[in-house]
Amino acid sequence: MEQLAESADHPSYQPLLAKRTSRRWLVSAALITAIVALPVISVLFLAFFPDENIWPHLMATTLPRYLITTGKLMVGVAALTLLFGLSSAWVITMCQFPGRRFFELAMLLPFAVPAYVIAYVYTSLLDYAGPVQQTLRGVFGWSSAQDYWFPEIRSLGGATLMLGLVLYPYVYLLARAAFLEQSPSLFSVSRSLGHSAVSTFVRVVLPIARPAIAVGLSLVLMETLNDFGTVDFFAVQTLTAGLFDTWMNLGNLGGAAQIAATMLTFVVILVTLERYSRRRQKQYAARDNRQPIQRFVLSGKQQALCLLVCLLPFVLGFLLPALTLANYAIEYFDESWNSTFFRNTLNSLFLSGAAALTTLLIGVTLAYSRRLHNTRGMQLLMRLSSLGYAMPGAVLAVGVIIPLAGFDNWLDDLMRGAFGVSTGLLLSGSTFALVFAYTVRFLAVSAGSVESALQKITPSMDMASRSLGHTPGKTLVRVHLPMLRGTLLTAALVVFVDSMKELPATLILRPFNFETLATYVYQFASDEHLAHSALPALVIVLAGILPIILMSRSISSSRTLA
Amino acid sequence: MRLKLAATAALALSVLPVAASADGEVNIYSYRQAYLLEPVLEAFTEETGIKTNVVFAKNGLAERLQREGRNSPADVVMTVDISRIDELVDRDLTAAVDNDVLTQNIPANLRHPEGKWFGITVRGRMLYTSIDRLEEGDLTTYEELADPKWKGRICTRSGKHPYNVALISSMIAHHGEAEAEQWLTGLKNNLARKPQGGDRDQIKAISEGVCDIAIGNSYYYGKMLADDNQRAAAEKVRIVFPNAEDRGTHINISGVALTKSAPNKENGIKLLEYLSQEHAQVIYAEVNTEYPVNPEVEPSGVVASWGELHADTLPLHEIAAHAAQAVRMVDRVDFDN
Repeated sequence: MEQLAESADHPSYQPLLAKRTSRRWLVSAALITAIVALPVISVLFLAFFPDENIWPHLMATTLPRYLITTGKLMVGVAALTLLFGLSSAWVITMCQFPGRRFFELAMLLPFAVPAYVIAYVYTSLLDYAGPVQQTLRGVFGWSSAQDYWFPEIRSLGGATLMLGLVLYPYVYLLARAAFLEQSPSLFSVSRSLGHSAVSTFVRVVLPIARPAIAVGLSLVLMETLNDFGTVDFFAVQTLTAGLFDTWMNLGNLGGAAQIAATMLTFVVILVTLERYSRRRQKQYAARDNRQPIQRFVLSGKQQALCLLVCLLPFVLGFLLPALTLANYAIEYFDESWNSTFFRNTLNSLFLSGAAALTTLLIGVTLAYSRRLHNTRGMQLLMRLSSLGYAMPGAVLAVGVIIPLAGFDNWLDDLMRGAFGVSTGLLLSGSTFALVFAYTVRFLAVSAGSVESALQKITPSMDMASRSLGHTPGKTLVRVHLPMLRGTLLTAALVVFVDSMKELPATLILRPFNFETLATYVYQFASDEHLAHSALPALVIVLAGILPIILMSRSISSSRTLA
Repeated sequence: MRLKLAATAALALSVLPVAASADGEVNIYSYRQAYLLEPVLEAFTEETGIKTNVVFAKNGLAERLQREGRNSPADVVMTVDISRIDELVDRDLTAAVDNDVLTQNIPANLRHPEGKWFGITVRGRMLYTSIDRLEEGDLTTYEELADPKWKGRICTRSGKHPYNVALISSMIAHHGEAEAEQWLTGLKNNLARKPQGGDRDQIKAISEGVCDIAIGNSYYYGKMLADDNQRAAAEKVRIVFPNAEDRGTHINISGVALTKSAPNKENGIKLLEYLSQEHAQVIYAEVNTEYPVNPEVEPSGVVASWGELHADTLPLHEIAAHAAQAVRMVDRVDFDN
C-alpha cells in the first residue's frame, strides 16, 4: 500500500526515449486506459439520463442528513485511524518495549479483516443476546433492556469504530515508513534546542511526515466513503445509502449515477488536496539514513503504556474478531468443511489470482509508459485508469455490465447477420466480467505501486541499457522488472487480498451457481447465520495475512538497506 | 515474450465456462438467498430431471437482465416482493405466460392479468405485541399504530425496506396520500428506537424489553418458533392479524416471472407450473411457514394455529404503483432517523 504514495520528489527527467520504438507503449497505454475507464465512463454517462430529477426531493429531505452523516463518519474514522495509526507507529519506531518487534507486524493484521465481517462479529458479540450483555445481566441481575444502558453497536458510533479498526493500518503503514525515513539527527537537534519529546513530535516529526500521513488518510477516507456493507448493516445513513435508495427504491438508476458522480468528485478533490499537500515535500527531502535510530529507553510504567497503545487496536481489530470466527468455525466445522467450501475457496483463489496478474501486467505497462513519456497526457491517462477505485462496487458493477453486454450483443448481431450464428454472451455473465471488475477497481493500487517504485530507479539505468542496444521492452524485462521484484510481489498480493474481500460487484456480476468465499459469507451472515459461514470468513482473513507479512518485511528492511 | 505469454494466460484463465443453456436446464436470477431455494429446487430437479442454475443478488439483477438483452441466459426471475417484480414488468423484461395450470392454481388477484408475473407464496405484514405488557385486543389495526398512547413502544425495520414500503403504499391506496402521511408521522413519533435490523430483530426487541409492539412478516415469526435459539424470544409475543375485522391484513407475495429472452422457455414454464403445484406449495408452507397461493394447499399446522388470514383484496399492482410515493414519504417524515 505504501507504494500508492508515489514519492513526489521524483526527478523531472527527460522523456527517456526515442520516438519510434516507444510509440507502441504510448498507444497500448492509451488503449488500456480506454478499456479500463469504460465502466466509470458508463456510470457518468448514465448520470446524464436520470428518469427524473432526483435532487429537489433529496435536497428537501434526506440529502443534508446524508451529507452530515457522511461527514461525521469520515471525520470520526479519520480521527480514530490517526489516533491508532500515529500513536502505534510512533512508539514502535521510537521506543524500546517488550513485544515491539511483534507489534511491528501485528499492527497491520486488522487490514486482513473485511469491514463487513468485523461488523457482523461485533454485532454478534455486543447485541442484547450476545455474550457480553448476557454476562452483564447475569452479574447484575438485570432482566430486560429497560434495566440498564448499553451502547448500541448498530449506530454511527459503531460504524466509525468498525471502520476505524480495520482501516487504521493504512495510516500506521505510511506513518511508520515516513518516521523511519526521517533523519534521526533532526530529532536530536530539536531535543538539544530544548524541545521535549512530545513537542519535537508535534513540531518536527509530524510536519515532515505529513505528506505520507495524508496519503494514508486519503485511502482511509476513500474506503469509508465507498463502504456499503457496514453502514447498511448498522442503518447509518450515508451518501452510499442514499445512492442505493435512489437506485433500488425509487428505481432511478440515472439519479443514483449522479450521486456516484458527486462522490467521485469528492474523491477527486481529496486526491488533489493530498497531491497538493505533497508538493511541498521536496524541501524536506534531504535524507540522512546512516545513523541508526536511538530508541528511547523507558521506565516500566512507560513501557506498559506503549504496550497498551499497540495492544488496544490489535486486540480489537484483529485478535478478538479472529478468535470469535475461529470459535464459530470449530463449532460448525463439520457443517462447513465440505466440497462447497473447497469449491468456493478455489473460485476465490482463481479469481483473485487472475485479477492480481492482470492488474500487475496493466500496472507495469501504464507505469512504464509513463516513464517513457512523462507528459501531462500520460499523467492524465494514469489518473483516469485509477478512477475505478473511487466508485462503490455495486455501481461499478453496473458500469461493467453496460460495455460488456453491449459488446457481446453487438458481436452477436454481427455474427447473426453475417453467418447466421449466435455467439450469445461471451464476456458478461462469465468470470471474465468479475476479473475485469476487480481489475478496474484495484488497478489504482498496483499501477500506483509500480509507478512510485519505478521513480526510485535512476534514469541512467535506462540510458545505459538503451545505449547498449536494448529496446524499451527488453530494458523493462532485463533491468527494471528484476529490480522491482519486491514491489511487484507486494502489489500483486494486495490486489489479491482486496479481490478476495470484494463483495458488492461480485454479487451482481457472478455466473450461475458460482460463489466466492465473500459471497458465501454474505449469504449466511446477512441472514443472521454468521456462525455457519465463519470458516470461509476466517479463510479470507488468513489469506490476507501473507501479503501483510511481506509488506511489513519490505518496510523494515528499507531502513537497514538504505 | 514472457509478458505476452502471461497476458494470454491471464485472459484465457479469466473466461471459465458459463452455465450452458443446454437441454435439461433452467437458469434463475433470484433475489432470495440460494440456500433458501434449495429444498424446492432440488425437489423440482428430482421430479423433472431439469437442472437448476441460480445467481442470487439483492441488487442489480434487473440491470443485468436488461443489459444482457435478448442473449440473457436467465429464464426465470424470483423475487421476494411485489415491487421488484413489478419493476421487471415496467421495463418490459418479462414474458406473458398463458398457461392453464398456472391460472388454475393461482387466484387471479395474486398474478398479473396477462401472466407477466405469478405469486408463489403469500405473507402477511403482521403486528406482534408483548404478551406480558399488552392485553389481547389492545391493538387490532395498522391505523392504531399512530395512536399517541403507544409513544415510545413500537419497533420496526427501515421504512425504506420493500416490506414496509409496500405497507405504506397500501395505506396510501386506502386513505390517500395526505392521511397516510399523517399516519406515518404518528407511527414515527411512537417508535421506541431508530428503525434498524430485520423483522426478526423487532420481535427479539420485544422479548428484550426495548418495545412492546413490532411489525413483521408472518413467516419470520414461524421460523423463529422453529429455531431452538430464537424460540424463547418468539414465545414472548402474540401475533396479531391487523384489520381482520375490516378490509383485511396487508399481504405481499414472493413472485416468479418468465423472462422475455428465456433461452429455455419450456423448462422455465415447467418450473413456474411446478412452483404453483401441490408439492412445491407444501414445501413452501412447511419449510418457510408461508401461506400457499394454491387454495388446494393448507397452511402448515403452526401457521394455521395462529388463526385465519383474512387478506386485503387490494390488487398488488396498485401497491407497487404507490411505491415511489411511499419512499418519498418516508424521507419527508424522516422516518429512518
